Amino acid sequence: MNAVLGFITQPLAHDFMQRGLVVALLVGMICAMLSCYLVLKGWSLMGDAVSHAVLPGIVLAFVAGLPLALGAFAAGLGCALATGYLQAHSRVREDAVMGIVFSGLFALGLVLFVKVETDQHLNHILFGNMLGVQLRDVAETALIALPAIAFLLVRRRDLMLYCFDPAHARAIGLQVGFLHYGLLVLLALTIVASLKAVGIILVIAMLIAPGAIGLIVTRRFGPMMVVAVLAATGSSLIGTLLSFHLDAATGPMIVVVQSLLFALLVVIRQVRLALAPH
Amino acid sequence: MNPSRLPGDRPAIMVDGVSVRYANGVTAIDDASFRLFPASICALVGVNGSGKSTLFKTLMGFLAPAKGAVSIAGQKVADALKQGLVAYVPQSEDVDWNFPVLVEDVVMMGRYGHMGLLRLASKADRAAVDAALERVGMSALRHRQIGELSGGQKKRVFLARALAQGGQIILLDEPFTGVDARTETAIIDLLRAMRDEGRLILVSTHNLGSIPDFCDHVILFNRTVIAAGPIETTFTEANLIRAFGGVLRHVRIDGSDLHDDADARRVTVLTDDERPLVLYGERDREKLVAPDRPKA
Repeated sequence: MNAVLGFITQPLAHDFMQRGLVVALLVGMICAMLSCYLVLKGWSLMGDAVSHAVLPGIVLAFVAGLPLALGAFAAGLGCALATGYLQAHSRVREDAVMGIVFSGLFALGLVLFVKVETDQHLNHILFGNMLGVQLRDVAETALIALPAIAFLLVRRRDLMLYCFDPAHARAIGLQVGFLHYGLLVLLALTIVASLKAVGIILVIAMLIAPGAIGLIVTRRFGPMMVVAVLAATGSSLIGTLLSFHLDAATGPMIVVVQSLLFALLVVIRQVRLALAPH
Repeated sequence: MNPSRLPGDRPAIMVDGVSVRYANGVTAIDDASFRLFPASICALVGVNGSGKSTLFKTLMGFLAPAKGAVSIAGQKVADALKQGLVAYVPQSEDVDWNFPVLVEDVVMMGRYGHMGLLRLASKADRAAVDAALERVGMSALRHRQIGELSGGQKKRVFLARALAQGGQIILLDEPFTGVDARTETAIIDLLRAMRDEGRLILVSTHNLGSIPDFCDHVILFNRTVIAAGPIETTFTEANLIRAFGGVLRHVRIDGSDLHDDADARRVTVLTDDERPLVLYGERDREKLVAPDRPKA
């Protein structure tokens, strides 16, 4: 018993672990809620795209002396909008357009990053620096994540209906454009909020795995979201604690725990299906 | 609050000189006009790419006409939609059947327009869902995930959603794809009952043979209205050939192949590779032959 307690309390005796855990839980929660919509809407690649695209925004915001989050948000949203525009005005399919737009923006970001002298570490932008977050970063993450969580809670049914049947949503007079762009704005905001903790590469996993976990263990949207949030926050907690004891990188450890959980659930499900009486 | 029955003497849908252009410059609909009245079932027939789905999208306000006007129950499309007057039953292949929703959840989606911001179901909403499920005979399966249903049951769930919504104008996209003949008859009975309660039902279909079974009106469409009117006078071989050009399978049996005597009647089979349309009679006096259908 004491060993278990120690496993939890020992890391949390440190300020940086406390801050890291708060950020990990916040990021896990908002990413999990959003991931339910992304997985169901078939927008997993969109998370990939928007997160890569924030890099040039970060560098340009640094040059202009603006908050980095602002530049990241603008670039991320710009990528999503550009993808939509190019897809509507060319014969190339959406996945191909997205591939071009986000890898192009990511490459531009790398070129700029190498050219411009910044105070940022590329490693931290790509993979996060969860245990290096300051109180200011915690506040910034909360400032973005909490309103986003509130919006998702209030509009969760409208968004679910929009993902399931946009034609019906429109036919009963819902503001489909608002819901569509609302989701994209939330996606960009969530990625910005996750930047400090898990970075732009690992956030992709956090935006897919919880929704996928929720989808395989439930048959209804409400429970799916609850399971996704529990899986994500649970992984954040376990991953953060493990990273302390194993002296491993925190963000990647959270993603590893989440991915193992997903794999485990898939295996359990397959075994149950195989054993189920026909 | 349910939208009440539409006045029978005024058009439920009025399409007046409507042209629709896509952003890439393609004109999908060119100067189309027609009127449809409540308490009728109208088939919308045309080849793939004839603009049928574009017409549906225009009726639901997805697309704004470049020219002309659409009015629904005497109002602008957006206003009619806000009152929940228009219900849409999607094509099976447009639905993600793995989506984590139960039968009753889908029917409840018909009530969202009647709910507040948080979409919390009231007693009236639950009662409407119960009644709609009962009506289509799906009460027993209300806790199934939608992917666990047969083709006909899936269709009935979406019809129940339209009923729960209180829609007076129901747009159906290819309702009989993946549905067996017995279920098709059950769905047709349901559509007839909905018509008799004063609803207008507009059905887009390739299933030419079923149309005389349950439709009162037909619109033959190919980028514009080729012909529109009652089935008896409008759903003719000549009009179908005009609307479809050469793409219909067309088999004619007459003379010594059909009769041992000088009987001038002939059999004509027209099909778009679904249930065929069969006509029998003398030239220009052929009658629709409705093959026997299993009774539900």
